[in-house]
Amino acid sequence: MKDITCKLLVIGAGPGGYVCAIRAGQLGVDTVIVEMAKPGGTCLNIGCIPSKALIHAADDFHNTVIMAAGKNAMGIRAENPAIDLAKTMAWKDGITGRLTMGVSGLLKKAGVKIVVGRAKFRDGKTVAVETETGEQVIRAENIVIATGSAPVELPALPFGGKVISSTGALSLTQVPQRLAVVGAGYIGLELGIAFAKLGSKVTIVEALDRILPLYDTQLTQPIAKRLSALGVEVLLGTKVKSMSSNGEALLAETGEGEEKRIAADKVLVTIGRRPLTEGWGREELELDMDGRFLRIDEQCRTAMRGIYAVGDVTGEPMLAHRAMAQGEMVAEIVSGKRRSWDKRAIPAVCFTDPEIVSVGLSPDEARAGGREVKIGQFPFTANGRAMTLSAEEGFVRVVTRADNHLVLGIQGVGAGISELSAAFSLALEMGARLEDIAGTIHAHPTQSEAFAESALKALGHALHI
Amino acid sequence: MGEKIIKLPDVGEGVAEAELVEWHVKVGDIVQEDMVLAAVMTGKATVEIPSPVEGEVTFRHGEIGDVIATGTVILKIRTPGDDGDSDVEPHIAAPQPEKAPEVTPLVVEPKQQPVAEKPKPVTEAASAKPAATSLPKGAGAPRAEGEKPLAPPAVRLRAKEAGVDLRQVPGSGPAGRITHEDLDAFLSRESGGAAAAGLQPNKSVQEVKVVGLRRRIAEKMALAKSRIPHITYVEEVDMTALEELRGRLNGNQKPGKPKLTILPFLMRAMVKAIAEQPGINAHFDDEAGVIRQFGGVHIGIAAQTPSGLVVPVVKHAEARDIFDCAREVTRLSDAAKSGTAQREELSGSTITISSLGAMGGIVSTPVINHPEVAIIGVNKMAIRPHWDGTQFVPRRMMNLSSSFDHRVIDGWDAATFVQRLKALLETPALIFVEE
Repeated sequence: MKDITCKLLVIGAGPGGYVCAIRAGQLGVDTVIVEMAKPGGTCLNIGCIPSKALIHAADDFHNTVIMAAGKNAMGIRAENPAIDLAKTMAWKDGITGRLTMGVSGLLKKAGVKIVVGRAKFRDGKTVAVETETGEQVIRAENIVIATGSAPVELPALPFGGKVISSTGALSLTQVPQRLAVVGAGYIGLELGIAFAKLGSKVTIVEALDRILPLYDTQLTQPIAKRLSALGVEVLLGTKVKSMSSNGEALLAETGEGEEKRIAADKVLVTIGRRPLTEGWGREELELDMDGRFLRIDEQCRTAMRGIYAVGDVTGEPMLAHRAMAQGEMVAEIVSGKRRSWDKRAIPAVCFTDPEIVSVGLSPDEARAGGREVKIGQFPFTANGRAMTLSAEEGFVRVVTRADNHLVLGIQGVGAGISELSAAFSLALEMGARLEDIAGTIHAHPTQSEAFAESALKALGHALHI
Repeated sequence: MGEKIIKLPDVGEGVAEAELVEWHVKVGDIVQEDMVLAAVMTGKATVEIPSPVEGEVTFRHGEIGDVIATGTVILKIRTPGDDGDSDVEPHIAAPQPEKAPEVTPLVVEPKQQPVAEKPKPVTEAASAKPAATSLPKGAGAPRAEGEKPLAPPAVRLRAKEAGVDLRQVPGSGPAGRITHEDLDAFLSRESGGAAAAGLQPNKSVQEVKVVGLRRRIAEKMALAKSRIPHITYVEEVDMTALEELRGRLNGNQKPGKPKLTILPFLMRAMVKAIAEQPGINAHFDDEAGVIRQFGGVHIGIAAQTPSGLVVPVVKHAEARDIFDCAREVTRLSDAAKSGTAQREELSGSTITISSLGAMGGIVSTPVINHPEVAIIGVNKMAIRPHWDGTQFVPRRMMNLSSSFDHRVIDGWDAATFVQRLKALLETPALIFVEE
């Protein structure tokens, strides 16, 4: 096969890689992208998108179950609701299929050459790709490593059989009667809640003494409340040991040393993700590491000239939108533009029930170093739109500097609050002050009014509370 | 909807006009009640005009530096609500303290403090006011060390492409936010100066508008110098004896007694000399062709303040003993420097002392404080060799540089007056002898 020579080679067509390639193509950079599976990476195929599809289906089904039980406050009745999970999955696959096709189309439109296969570095300028038709050698001036991450496996509970990862959970065709979820991070809770709504008896086992350890308890408290309302059992401070010898149950040990036997048809292990730093020939290169991640600088450059890295392989937070921003930046740098990483805000969203959004600093982080802060919090119980949605749980909270009211962080918890992340991030990125938020007209009746009210609250004159 | 008409208030003392020194609003601004709209200056006091109502500014008259007659309409504010707010405010400054917010209370502000930062009483009502009145100041201040520059993404991108490190760019926006304009200013400065190393000609011209106190000073000085033919007479004074006396008085100072500088001695000496030459302590009204000789000796003390020269006045120095004079000088100069001096304390002098202390130099040519006829300038005191007839001895010498209005005071009279001061200061006991 004839060698390919290009200016930019991107390894991995996840959100970081494909955005980098599209942008580079737009800028006229001669670009090749290598992907061993489908374009779109974890995000489109086995992550963000399919999980949101499942969560939406679960919500709809659960609401219908509530209606059938005669518990719908709006007076809607239904009878004998049922879900055909195989159809749900087919519908979900239709969405991911359309999106991955879309990404391929965008890459082609940008003039990017797609090579399907597993890439392996030969040296800092050369990559060999195992394709279906043989080995393809690609030489590039610049190479971007965008290999992503994979679910972490527990040695005592290797994936296979009953033990599944998030990928497995997103391709189940039958709702498991009893689902044990190991790990109460956002992935475990999102999927755990979805399956509880689909009818599974869900038990969540977490080694730490709280759920969603990355968020403060004020934010996670509404989730804990919802979990208990959904009948999800949450075992905190509990370590899983192994499957029982007959494979019927998951064995765990509580903080008090008590043995727990959790009967389960499926065991979903979501204890985090690990960067994929092996399997693509890192040993042929001289890359510095930063813990388990590849070390990068503020231009996503690795220790080797002409080699960049973006996305989950470069560190926390492992979020698609961070990877996309990095990819875009690297493409512009390769095309000769001056760029460096200068983002103030990377929003983080949990699609739990209710949802959590966090941008910037939490109150405790803001107070670090003795800084004086001013905080405003506005509950959805005082928001008309939230009432009409039967979604009064939660609040919006704004964290600012006391001296000049500069917004340092914005958090919120509530139904559908993920969409408010746009306003939160923009406020932070633009360097807004409380007065800017309070002085912006927020449409009525919307949940976004809670954002303006939280700023007014911090200023001492909230109107609707 | 009502409309409130704001007229330039009568700021008292029969002043018929005032100079506009600050605008705090422009047409289209939304103002809150009690928010400062403008500041005007009369005499040497700045007066703020607060808004009597809440509403939108629809009309604004006058530019900074304009001298505006009392009663002139300077602002119109459209008020919300339909409560029949009076369309015209007939006499906005009518002092009715019990209805304060409606009648535009006047606030006399210290001169050099930013007038917008009027301290507000911390009450529930005040803190519940809309944000506009309590905006924290963010602009201008340099960033604290290690603090990241604050700029919106578009500004960051432009800076990056221009190779500008935003840490070097001062931010003028809220909370020190760097705006596109800040970046423009930085870039134009860069392109001018960064090209070559070494000494560069600075071709910049900065226009500073002469307003407020500075303008007052300029007018007064021009008036004095154009009308008054000055005669300046310099004499040296041996201060050794006075310094000894002063040292002793300050040495066994009793509690409650002020520390004495040279000024109170000079003031008392002037009182004494004026008693013999009342023509020195006078106003010459050159338009009426009248000299007004005053019985009371009201001594203006020229004092430097951060915003310029002001002249607080020690009233009736003839009725004050030396400690009383000292106390009054201290009180007045403190008040002048902090900007809290009252209007009455800054006017009504009949003769003036100009003293720059250690900065006094050897000789000065003081400008007479019109319509006065004399000003006594105090130069620096220093130990200088003095021939006592047989040898040089070290003596504490100080020059007095004094100017007189030659239209009404002849050289001989001026010399006589200064020689009398010299005699009194060199033999300080004479200051205290009752005749």
